[in-house]
Amino acid sequence: MSEDQNITASKIEEEKEPSSLTLIFALGIAGFISGIILVGTYLYTLPLIEANKADAMKNAIFKVLPNCNSFKTLKLENGVLVEQKENEKQKKENDDEALVIYAGYNANKKLIGFAIPGSEPGFQDIIGAIFGYDAVNKKIIGFEVLESKETPGLGDKIFKNADFQTNFKALSVDPSIVLVKSGQKQADHEVDGISGATISSKAVVGLLNNTMSIWRKAIDDYIKKN
Amino acid sequence: MDTIDTKSRGAQEFMKGIWKENPIFVSVLGMCPALAVTNTAMNSLAMGLATTFVLVCSSILVSSLRKVIPKPVRITAYIIIIATFVTIVDFALAAFTPAIHKELGAFIALIVVNCLILGRQESFASKNTIGLAIKDAVGMSLGFTFAMLCIGIPREVLGSGSLFDISLFGENFEPWVVMILPPGGFFMLGFLLLIFNWFAQRKNKMKNNLVENNG
Repeated sequence: MSEDQNITASKIEEEKEPSSLTLIFALGIAGFISGIILVGTYLYTLPLIEANKADAMKNAIFKVLPNCNSFKTLKLENGVLVEQKENEKQKKENDDEALVIYAGYNANKKLIGFAIPGSEPGFQDIIGAIFGYDAVNKKIIGFEVLESKETPGLGDKIFKNADFQTNFKALSVDPSIVLVKSGQKQADHEVDGISGATISSKAVVGLLNNTMSIWRKAIDDYIKKN
Repeated sequence: MDTIDTKSRGAQEFMKGIWKENPIFVSVLGMCPALAVTNTAMNSLAMGLATTFVLVCSSILVSSLRKVIPKPVRITAYIIIIATFVTIVDFALAAFTPAIHKELGAFIALIVVNCLILGRQESFASKNTIGLAIKDAVGMSLGFTFAMLCIGIPREVLGSGSLFDISLFGENFEPWVVMILPPGGFFMLGFLLLIFNWFAQRKNKMKNNLVENNG
């Protein structure tokens, strides 16, 4: 037994101080192999992940624009809305997703409205959402939350509560959207809040107002031109 | 250890993770996922399986490289290995199950710093053969997944009135919202630790009594 211990002790002695070069080399190799594996995984999964994202966005657009069955991506260029080309889309995707909106058309190629993504700080984290805007009647016609970490059971009612969702069937944006207490909605531009989720409700209304103020002029110009 | 034959040693290494040295209830490791993502049974299961994949793969690699990795940089090397597998899981979940990836969010990346995984590498995989390391890793992972479900299932049943998104009690059930909020995680974990320790204590007492009686 003591012999064994001696051997292990001398072994440890031997291994005690590997040269710095050995260490750097070992970690370098580990990092290199790890890097290659990760790049491989990334390249393999990237198209799938992007397809998932595009799918989610497409579904959301069709949901907030009733009867929509095709859409065009528009971007803001010097204050004017121009159509974004397919090949350009991929390049620009990562730059600034906030600066595109989607124009939805029905089966007769008639413009129904615009699906506009926007975001606003909520109770826990940024709430990301998309809403449908009917530019002719100046009304919001649909609303869908894309990303939210609002409190389960309270704040998440902004997308789970059917009553709250009915606020966005025909919500006028003029003069501006106003939050009222639950059950007190009278005018077209008022939103019935959720009791127990005031901050989340406020965030939704803020999101709609702020995002509208960014796009309002450009959309009006676009409508006039076409 | 020489007296015990290899087969029963293997079985022992496998079983200890599930009950006797359960990572959550006995070692109290991996608390971050145990509290944060156990709000539904599905999330608990997904987290358990993701951790299983990372733990088993890293254990195999660390055990097979145990003679190659220089001692002074072993922890760094383990972290590189673990982080590689975690990133693979992250990408794979985002590509194939986007809904689960969205729910688990940052907690997938946080598997890297789960003490359970690094702990097994340092205390077991780096000192044992591949066969034993796999058994240890699988046992520990099953124990972890089992514990995650023990916390997750009651939380979802009480907090949302459903199990794996299937509604259990109908419309009239008023869910205990607190159970799916962070405090619910602490309540449930504390409650289960209480039960677990009570059993362990009772077992010890019985053992002592037996020894006393015999002596």
